[in-house]
Amino acid sequence: MQCPVCVIMPVQCSNCVQRRAVLKRPKTGHSLCKDCFFWAFEEEIHQTIVSAGLFNHGETVAIGASGGKDSTVLAHVMKVLNERYDYGLNLLLLSVDEGITGYRDDSLETVKRNQQQYELPLKIVSYEELYGWTMDAIVKQVGLKNNCTFCGVFRRQALDRGAMMLKVDKICTGHNADDVAETVLMNVLRGDIARLRRCTAISTASDGEGAIPRCKPLKYAYEKEIVLYAYFKKLDYFSTECIYSPNAYRGHARAFLKDLESIRPSSIIDVIHSGETLSIKEGVKMPVQGTCSRCGYISSQALCKSCVLLEGLNRGLPKLGIGKHHRLHGKILAQEPLTEQEEKKLKPVDF
Amino acid sequence: MCQVEEDYNGLECNQEKIPVPTLNRKCMKCKEGTAVLIIRVNDAFCQSCFKEYFVHKFRAMLGKNRVIFPQEKVLLAVSGGAASCSMLSQVQEGLSREAPKKFRFVPGIIYIDDGGACGRSTEERQRSNAQLKSIFTETGFPYFIVPLEQVFSLPTSVLVPGTSDPDPSNPSYKQAVDQYVKEKQTLTQENVVSAVAQLSIEDSAYSPEHKLAFERLLSSLKTLTAKEDMLQTLRQHLILHVARENGYSKVMMGDSCSRLAVKLLSNIALGRGAALASDTGFSDPRYGDVVIVRPMRDYSSKEIAFYSRMFNVPSVFISGLDTKTHDKASIQRLTESFVTNLQSDFPSTVSTIYRTSEKLHTVMPPQSQTAEPASKCLLCLCALDIKVGKASAFHATLVSEQLSQIKLPDTSAERCCTEGQGCGPGGCCSSNRLPSHQDLKTLLCYSCRLTIKDMVATDALPPYIITEAEKRQKRSRMKMEISEYLLEDEEEDGD
Repeated sequence: MQCPVCVIMPVQCSNCVQRRAVLKRPKTGHSLCKDCFFWAFEEEIHQTIVSAGLFNHGETVAIGASGGKDSTVLAHVMKVLNERYDYGLNLLLLSVDEGITGYRDDSLETVKRNQQQYELPLKIVSYEELYGWTMDAIVKQVGLKNNCTFCGVFRRQALDRGAMMLKVDKICTGHNADDVAETVLMNVLRGDIARLRRCTAISTASDGEGAIPRCKPLKYAYEKEIVLYAYFKKLDYFSTECIYSPNAYRGHARAFLKDLESIRPSSIIDVIHSGETLSIKEGVKMPVQGTCSRCGYISSQALCKSCVLLEGLNRGLPKLGIGKHHRLHGKILAQEPLTEQEEKKLKPVDF
Repeated sequence: MCQVEEDYNGLECNQEKIPVPTLNRKCMKCKEGTAVLIIRVNDAFCQSCFKEYFVHKFRAMLGKNRVIFPQEKVLLAVSGGAASCSMLSQVQEGLSREAPKKFRFVPGIIYIDDGGACGRSTEERQRSNAQLKSIFTETGFPYFIVPLEQVFSLPTSVLVPGTSDPDPSNPSYKQAVDQYVKEKQTLTQENVVSAVAQLSIEDSAYSPEHKLAFERLLSSLKTLTAKEDMLQTLRQHLILHVARENGYSKVMMGDSCSRLAVKLLSNIALGRGAALASDTGFSDPRYGDVVIVRPMRDYSSKEIAFYSRMFNVPSVFISGLDTKTHDKASIQRLTESFVTNLQSDFPSTVSTIYRTSEKLHTVMPPQSQTAEPASKCLLCLCALDIKVGKASAFHATLVSEQLSQIKLPDTSAERCCTEGQGCGPGGCCSSNRLPSHQDLKTLLCYSCRLTIKDMVATDALPPYIITEAEKRQKRSRMKMEISEYLLEDEEEDGD
């Protein structure tokens, strides 16, 4: 629809037309100058927040901060929009220390710098203090294949526990459009209908007890635009991949999505649109939300996933959390010993 | 480990001992014959048990779903490939059995020759048409060999879904079957079949204007993704038209499980989430009077390949638009290579995706007499999925478009789209009679919009599409003028 761009002459910004364009937006392909890009990017997030009604005036909001580009940009933009549009929010940073040497301790330094740069209070919760296990110790027991399950499950609970300690009303995370699209694809590939239905929701249900609602203000922001924003704004962030991530199944979905984006840049939003508009047949079995009988966290089974995983780790049976073992939950709750055959199946794999 | 539904004492490929394949493995079904092939992960079959398994699956698929009534005319869409030719041979097989197990429908065959799109020469097309013709005449069914260029002489009724009028004499499947069995003695099937076979049409004539128009249409689509999508749409329209003209109420497509898994994933990437179930499910009711069914959807391509090879099913390979292209040529091609590669590492990928598709359904707008066809997409005839709320991906794209470019002044307010879009350059403010991008967009679903977006000149579209688009535009303008006097909202699509 646009006139072909002549590459010899400098291009004018397609929004203000006055200044020279310095970048091409990955999302729409338009050429923009720095200020127009900043404005468009921030304005889109503002529109997302307003149209989804994510926050109310006077709330305390914890920003999940890992020190990576998404959470750094999120913290920055939230601060800017909070002042510009008078959201009236009380913002603070919440960080989780998984205990991954060489990765997390470096990124936490970045978060501490952010705390000073943005003048926001910071709280750090660690797996060590919450569960008694660091990710390094977990990987030693589990191996390199299923460790992302442990980290993800523990982190969610850690965020909630930290948020409860700080007494916040909402948590917001830096999940971007690429993350949501990857999740949709991954859930289709794994056949997880229940998650497929929920994963495109911009905020989790807030039903009062137990869980603090979480939302994703960056849901429609492309990862590439987040990097562009951080680059031009000269924001300070930590940019290394987790050392345990290369073997995750999500990597396949991510590679596919990157290829899709190279063919058609709007694919990312298209996948999200598909995820939002698909509908599940009635009568398909869905998990029912209840509470864990051991720790009281929300759970669809008798025991929540992190209690099961923790039990497995503590007993030296790391595969206890991988796959479905509802029958064993009763036994675990009653502190009964497992039969030898069951134990054999749950022990770590011998390499 | 990649599947959610897996039980911990189920298939753990790295822990259980998979029996080493030996030359003298016995068939797992009859336990007597020597196994000649392995399908799925580890199931060995001998030749006769495999044939039985294959045939049974086809019959079970038709029987379980109960949509094909006795004496119904069913059009088999054959592309010449292994899957659709296997389907053809299954239908032949089913019709040749003694009653009562015989199939009770009346088949016809259709082949759409899209060589013009793939750049094949006239001689090549005639050659493959002749090969297919010989296969079709063997079967004795009436057949239609139609070039895709004929799309330029289609009527606009193709884009209007027909209403299936329920015949009051046989409302349910069971009653229909019982009635047929009672009347069976008075029918002489053989005469009917041979008489009908003489009605075969090989209409490979198309005018040079159509050929040029078709080439122009394809060259105006810039990306291969859009080309493939458009070709698929046009093919469906042509099949639908032929089916309607000749009284066929069902169309059987030969999509296999593997192909449907790829289709599901690529449709998600194309933004067709709302219509996933009808695109990949067993039956596709979006056209109203003609229902598309996919009886081959349970077969993996491996099973079909083995069957074709072992039982000599005649087929003709005809190269398509994406043959021999590299992995990233189009979204469909990329998805195909992605799924195939993933399947080799995780053998349950295709079946998991297939099972996911079974759990989805399509929200169809109410099919009533007064329902306006305008609530359906102009090209794909699915419900329009763009009337979603403000907090949605679609709305986010509109906001981004708005924010990234300068707004041109609104000269003709009523012709502009009413969804808050600014007029783009060369948009709807022109006084050109033909619908521009902006006009067409309001009539299309999300993914068809993307296809049209890749189109340079919308007037290259076939005339029936343009005429129908104008008609709907006029009606919606009319409706806007009198909206305050209308009491009921006819085209309410609840979402």
